[in-house]
Amino acid sequence: MMENPVIHVEKLTKRFGSFTAVDNISFDVGKGEIFGFLGANGAGKTTAMRMLCGLSKPTGGTGTVAGFDINKESEQIKQNIGYMSQKFSLYEDLKVWENIRLFGGIYGLSDKEIAQKTDDLLKRLGFESERNTLVQSLPLGWKQKLAFSVSIFHEPRIVFLDEPTGGVDPVTRRQFWELIYQAADKGITVFVTTHYMDEAEYCNRVSIMVDGRIEALDSPSELKKRFEVGTMDEVFYLLARKAKRGE
Amino acid sequence: MLILLGMPIVQIVLFGFAITTEVKNVRVAVFDPSKDELTRRIIDRIDANEYMNVTQYLTDNAAINNVFRKNQADLVVVFSDHFSDDLLHTGKTSVQLVADATDPNTATMLVGYATNVIRAVQAENTQSGYIPAGNIIPQVKLLYNPGMKAAYNFVPGVMGLILMLICAMMTSISIVREKEMGTMEVLLVSPVRPIFVVIAKAIPYFVLSCVNLVTILLLSRYLLEVPVAGNLFLLASVSMLFILVSLSLGLLISILTQTQMAAMLASGMILMMPVVLLSGMIFPTENMPLILQWISDIIPAKWYIMAVKKVMIEGVGLAYVTKEIIILAAMALLLLTVSIKKFNVRL
Amino acid sequence: MNAVDVIQLDKAYGTVTALTALSFSVNRGELFGIIGPDGAGKTTLFRILTTLILPDRGKALVDGYDVVKDYKEIRKRVGYMPGRFSLYQDMTVEENLRFFATVFGTTIEENYTLIEDIYKQIEPFKTRKAGKLSGGMKQKLALSCALIHKPSVLFLDEPTTGVDPVSRKEFWAMLTRLKEQGITIVVSTPYMDEAVLCDRIALIRKGTFLDIETPGQIIDNFKETLWAVKADKMSSLLQDLRTLDGVKTCFSFGDVHHITVDDKRLTIVSLGDRLSRQGYREIEIKPIQATIEDCYMQMSQNAE
Repeated sequence: MMENPVIHVEKLTKRFGSFTAVDNISFDVGKGEIFGFLGANGAGKTTAMRMLCGLSKPTGGTGTVAGFDINKESEQIKQNIGYMSQKFSLYEDLKVWENIRLFGGIYGLSDKEIAQKTDDLLKRLGFESERNTLVQSLPLGWKQKLAFSVSIFHEPRIVFLDEPTGGVDPVTRRQFWELIYQAADKGITVFVTTHYMDEAEYCNRVSIMVDGRIEALDSPSELKKRFEVGTMDEVFYLLARKAKRGE
Repeated sequence: MLILLGMPIVQIVLFGFAITTEVKNVRVAVFDPSKDELTRRIIDRIDANEYMNVTQYLTDNAAINNVFRKNQADLVVVFSDHFSDDLLHTGKTSVQLVADATDPNTATMLVGYATNVIRAVQAENTQSGYIPAGNIIPQVKLLYNPGMKAAYNFVPGVMGLILMLICAMMTSISIVREKEMGTMEVLLVSPVRPIFVVIAKAIPYFVLSCVNLVTILLLSRYLLEVPVAGNLFLLASVSMLFILVSLSLGLLISILTQTQMAAMLASGMILMMPVVLLSGMIFPTENMPLILQWISDIIPAKWYIMAVKKVMIEGVGLAYVTKEIIILAAMALLLLTVSIKKFNVRL
Repeated sequence: MNAVDVIQLDKAYGTVTALTALSFSVNRGELFGIIGPDGAGKTTLFRILTTLILPDRGKALVDGYDVVKDYKEIRKRVGYMPGRFSLYQDMTVEENLRFFATVFGTTIEENYTLIEDIYKQIEPFKTRKAGKLSGGMKQKLALSCALIHKPSVLFLDEPTTGVDPVSRKEFWAMLTRLKEQGITIVVSTPYMDEAVLCDRIALIRKGTFLDIETPGQIIDNFKETLWAVKADKMSSLLQDLRTLDGVKTCFSFGDVHHITVDDKRLTIVSLGDRLSRQGYREIEIKPIQATIEDCYMQMSQNAE
């Protein structure tokens, strides 16, 4: 049991009819931690993540995210988290600065704050010259870096990243992870899913979901030690291979 | 975007100015066997009325039906054989007002106009002592739809609308759906000729339209009691032709759009609205400004609805609908040619 | 005759160039990988080869037929699995397969042996709607559909994107078995680790190829000194290594950082000393063989 965890869930369960998508999962995530949430397609990752973001109500179990109850205070949770996925990140037909202002506005930042933080952000990313570029004409990797920066623009306590680096080129993918590290250093908790197993190694701790349950949860080095293998890829393979259900 | 912003403007303008149920430029044909002072005066007053123009003088009773079938007049005024004499000697005389009642609203209005004019003539002439006080009794005769049932007007309109809706909208949406789903990509990279894919998509909707056609006809016959006065085979043929036009339109839309949303907007805004507003289904096209009449002329449904009214309600034969058939056939040919030319065997 | 011949292919969308002077050949029976990130031009290339779009300039032959002139012939001969899900969601697994068999003028039974291996895995769900399948199963069904007419060349555009590592491994095992049956396979992927499973690979970046070789040869061509460095504080280690003299590049690779060294005076021992003086503990430094990802990153930096 962790002290003051940012995410704390106990026996979280979600059933759709007779199908148990998420089966009794419990874990804690600490402040500033980079938490990798792995699992095969259909293992229940997305369902679990939706419950944590306050987008869907659990069938059973309790939990808090950023100090708010996931059963009762989903609106407060949404105010205090950031979210970014591969599919939805930014508005393609808006300019870079317009996207930043839009999302800043959604989270209730003042115009002055937005203006100043926009300058900082663009400078940090080296995007100053792209301020007036339409998002759709940016390369994917840039989009994802921008989307991540926008998702933590309102300084949430936690940011959820759903496969943020899918299809991104190797160099930009690494730059992306450097942004994640910077955010974690500032105390933002990062909750991330990925299919790149080398990225699992970058996490402080990873959980691996199989058939709706968390089969393993530890630091990458401990997991490799426990399963007596050299890479996270092999750990994942050993666990996920046992999956019974085809979703 | 342009559509969404422009639509309200167009509609307000259309409804406000152009499209009215008011009837103007009524073409009046006159059969006047009496030819006396009084009938001439009535005729002059009708002609002078802002809504009506006398366009034709008929020479015998038999011509009355013909002018309607050929769509040469909207109202026929028939004076009795000895109009003034009757009035002088018996104190009353009669005039018959014949209107095409397939559109009951318009017919009522036309008869109303004419009656008012006749009443006015009678009143002032009685005052001036020119004619004896007496009654000119207008007798109203409604052709084709003596019961003045609204169904006579809307059944052909609904047929045009439904067939257009199913064929054009559903065909275009179902084809564009394949593009959106990515299945079109796989089908294109197969030995199947792309045009066959499209035809295969159109066939179910063709069949569906035919079933709908039969349903509408049965319902209107037995529920609304609107009989098919004319040749059923002719009616079916004209309908098939119209279905073909609609399918081609749907095909063209599906070629030009990439998303279901766009196809829906295109068929909704470009097909549905004009069909409802400009095809003469609800609002008579004769009273629209010239420019809108031209636009209504390129709407296939207008011609189809006209043809259906003639065949189904008036019960006329092939000879009277050749114009409509030729126009529809030309439209089908044009649309199909353009679609096939435009159709891309690639993405 | 090669399965695919591409000569100086150009394609642009308006002012955006997608492919520039691309040339390559794929031998018969080869498993050829096109490796690169999203937006590099992979899908454009696949669409040209499957006759879905026209190139601006250059020539491309598939199975000896020109993609522009003989597109009808090509469409009879190739199998294609586009990147996005391309099945009829509201038809069942079996209906989908039967439909595509009919489209290609064949029957499921005729070529069943070819797909048996793959289809057997989804057969228990054959009455399920395709839209309700999991990612891995959709992919198997799509592959079965692309194979049903026994194509001579199979084009798979990013079949494993968004698929978990276990399903990806299974998928590649299927491709290897298909190759043994003599089908030429051209496959694209953004996952560099899949590259080693191909006979030959083309590394694609911004519409041009960085290199076309066997994976082994590409790795052999990596001439720089490459070390893996590990210590207790990995995040700050990355920054410190980057500012260190003699270190040319530094990227994280899982639990280690890969560095290339361009100064002979920097040795493993001297680097270890430097780092421990900076306060790092549990330092491990060892020379390693490059991965395809190292090669890709090096080549793309050289191309900048």
